[in-house]
Amino acid sequence: MTTLQQPGHGNGSGYLRAPFLSRLHEWIATADHKKLGVMYVSTGLIFFLIGGLEATMMRWQLAVPGNTVLSPEDFNRLFTMHGTTMVFLVGMPILLGVANYFVPLQIGARDLAFPRLNAFGFWLFLFGGLLLYFSYFGAQGLYGMGSAPDVGWFAYAPLTERTYSRGHSTDYWILGLLVSSFGSIATGINLITTILTMRCRGMTLMKMPLLVWLMLIDAILIMIAMPPLAAAQVMLLFDRLMGAHFFDPQGGGSAVLWQNLFWFFGHPEVYILILPAFAYVSEIIPVFCRKVIFGYPLMVAATVSIGFISLGVWVHHMFALGLSPMVNTIFMGSTFLIAIPTGIKMFNWVGTMFGGKIRFATPMLFSTGFLAMFLIGGLTGVMLATVPFDWQVSDSYFVVGHFHYVLFGGLVFAIFAAIYYWFPKVTGRMLSESLGKCQFWLLFIGFNLTFGPMHVSGMLGMPRRIYTYHADRGWELWNMLSSIGVLIQIAGVLFFIWNVIRSLRSGRKAGADPWDAWTLEWSTTSPPPEYNFEEEPVVHSRRPLWDKKHPEDPDWKYE
Amino acid sequence: MALVASCLLSLSFVLPAMAAGGPVCADGASPSPTMFAPRSIPAQKILDVSWFVWGICGLIFLVMAVLILWCIIKYRQDPDDDTEAPQVYGSNPIELAWTIIPTVIVFILFLVSARTIFEIDHTSPPPGSLEITVVGHQWWWEFDYPEQGFVTANELHVPLTRDGKSVPIYLTLESNDVIHSFWVPQLAGKTDVVPNRLNHLWLQPTMTGTYVGQCAEYCGTQHANMLITVVVHEEDDFHEWVTNQRMDAVDDAGVTEGRNLFLQTSCINCHRVRGTIANGTFAPDLTHLMSRSVIGAGVVANTPENLSTWVFDPQMIKPGCRMPSMKLSPEEVKEVVSYLLTLK
Repeated sequence: MTTLQQPGHGNGSGYLRAPFLSRLHEWIATADHKKLGVMYVSTGLIFFLIGGLEATMMRWQLAVPGNTVLSPEDFNRLFTMHGTTMVFLVGMPILLGVANYFVPLQIGARDLAFPRLNAFGFWLFLFGGLLLYFSYFGAQGLYGMGSAPDVGWFAYAPLTERTYSRGHSTDYWILGLLVSSFGSIATGINLITTILTMRCRGMTLMKMPLLVWLMLIDAILIMIAMPPLAAAQVMLLFDRLMGAHFFDPQGGGSAVLWQNLFWFFGHPEVYILILPAFAYVSEIIPVFCRKVIFGYPLMVAATVSIGFISLGVWVHHMFALGLSPMVNTIFMGSTFLIAIPTGIKMFNWVGTMFGGKIRFATPMLFSTGFLAMFLIGGLTGVMLATVPFDWQVSDSYFVVGHFHYVLFGGLVFAIFAAIYYWFPKVTGRMLSESLGKCQFWLLFIGFNLTFGPMHVSGMLGMPRRIYTYHADRGWELWNMLSSIGVLIQIAGVLFFIWNVIRSLRSGRKAGADPWDAWTLEWSTTSPPPEYNFEEEPVVHSRRPLWDKKHPEDPDWKYE
Repeated sequence: MALVASCLLSLSFVLPAMAAGGPVCADGASPSPTMFAPRSIPAQKILDVSWFVWGICGLIFLVMAVLILWCIIKYRQDPDDDTEAPQVYGSNPIELAWTIIPTVIVFILFLVSARTIFEIDHTSPPPGSLEITVVGHQWWWEFDYPEQGFVTANELHVPLTRDGKSVPIYLTLESNDVIHSFWVPQLAGKTDVVPNRLNHLWLQPTMTGTYVGQCAEYCGTQHANMLITVVVHEEDDFHEWVTNQRMDAVDDAGVTEGRNLFLQTSCINCHRVRGTIANGTFAPDLTHLMSRSVIGAGVVANTPENLSTWVFDPQMIKPGCRMPSMKLSPEEVKEVVSYLLTLK
């Protein structure tokens, strides 16, 4: 039972809270998967605001040709930090945080397998991120005011070698990411162990909720993909600090080697980021359509094959590198191949909606937005896989448009869906539906206005990562539209911030199961007690709460 | 809401389509480096296969968008209805269908695109090509004409025909420092310019004119101003241009002071002016500077005013570029520029 002497137990115990320092200590010293989950997600959201601010400044600079709001150096730092932040300090922590919180709850476990390793992973991530941002103050040391890395988020050698990147900004980039990716690897191992060994009675692998399946594959990908990046970064560090020549063509090193190592991490990374988005909508869509997910076994099979194939497509980032036509053709084939399981997932989600009774609450609204935006991002991905077309638009704004449809329209929309869906579970209070709907429509419109035109400017020949452009290229209109879109998106994000603040204080009380959902996390209180479940749950099907609510027609009869 | 959604969905589809319709009518002189107005055989082949891919992806988009919209409109819950929907766990025939159909589609896409890859990607020069070496520098382009025996910068000049027949241009791409990428969308797709690696790019212009492009791989501070101009000439005009380029720099007695000043400052460590002691190779060859329409790899037009500003302090025009201000007095700048203006 909750007592006032144990402050960690209660958001509910409003009068007589423990002193601030005790509460702070409770959070800092915690190894509880739920607290760590909340810390991951909220840190990720703060970095999201920082990354968004960086993007806003870039769009300000690019709104008109020949603009001088930013110097070229500042612009180059901004896009480097924006990309690095959004991938490593927003995407990764939020997906790890949600997995932290809900994987144990969905499999009926008390915590992750290694709670201390889990806490260690979070702190590595946080300090890695802070180290990266410290470069703004510390990178140049005595030589002057600080400077952040300006080599792009994929840091192509030899631009990152000491010859071209003086000072220490690139070292900060390497070390910051190295530290935080070690944290991700640790959490990956933790998730795999937890999912494989700590499921409650009755939960065979094929009775796991899809979120758990997707996070399992995701964690395996993290384990396979992150170490090559760490290795490449250590090699680069050797080049920079000890005069090695791994990536230094002047010393016989290979610039192509860096690209292979980086993208061997980088492409699975894209799937590491998007699989959790699939996971959230796979949980949300059935609940709000009041229908079981369509074709669960095929969804699992598609997930596993995406995991496999994603390890063999990395060269599609290098089609313009001048590799042989045979290599390009083979990797074009593997990239096309991954469209099949991804397509299957789209069809199954739509199949779930078909014939349902859809409630368009905010989580469903964002999930539907995800479907539409990811559809576009997926199809432009198929276009980019076509090598000849890629020769034209690779490294152009078309690519920028494409991956923002995948990672913003896809991942970020799914993250907002997840936040609206699980906020009641985590805090015990509902987010406001009306503010949520305002946020959705502003983001949806602003997003399309920003990133839709980028496809056009890319096909009109505008390369990415340019800090300025000439007025006669036919790009003015599209860039102006993109920049206006950002303003609308900012309004959307402000609605979100206001919604969170307001709902934390005075949101409607949620109760244990506000959405009438079916997975185990909804069977315990909101927020869940530290021990999660009073007694270990026993499940007979993929939707234990459906069985409980419909004893006359339980799922296990059909699975 | 559903209506708004449908409008927005179609908007995001229509935008690219508008781009496709818009610039097609642009003529050869269009300053926009659009892939929709190809003026070279490989660029045309790319556009052809792209239309095919867009067509298929567009169809898939339409089918899926209609399905999603249909579900949004048709299966919205009646607020008074609190019963559950009928539970459908899956359907083997349907799921098999939407596994096989995409497989067939990507197989077709694969075959069509693979054919184009092998048509365009030449690992050895096509017969009868004009071979030119392109060297990427931070942040300008060097063009080396080994057959004709001269080096120039930032403006690539090629003939439309040789002996009356269409001539393939075979570029060998090298980098002097970091990775760059050579991209002139109207002539060909991009190919990276990688240090310690020889890459190749095939162009075969089909129309005279001036085409613009730029470096497409982030290469440092002034990546944005590493522009490319390609001029496609009639055969005779090209010969005329070549003849002029092969000559050493003229020695105009009227600008002796400016020339001496130029030759006595460290300009000559980096720049070459053939026929003088200026023999640097780190920066653009200035032997025929005034035959070029732009300076600073396209950052500004090559006018006497811009040239004066540039010689006074290049950082004012192209901040971060490798050329420092030589700290010349305004008088000295005037003299050096008057010398440069004779390098036709």
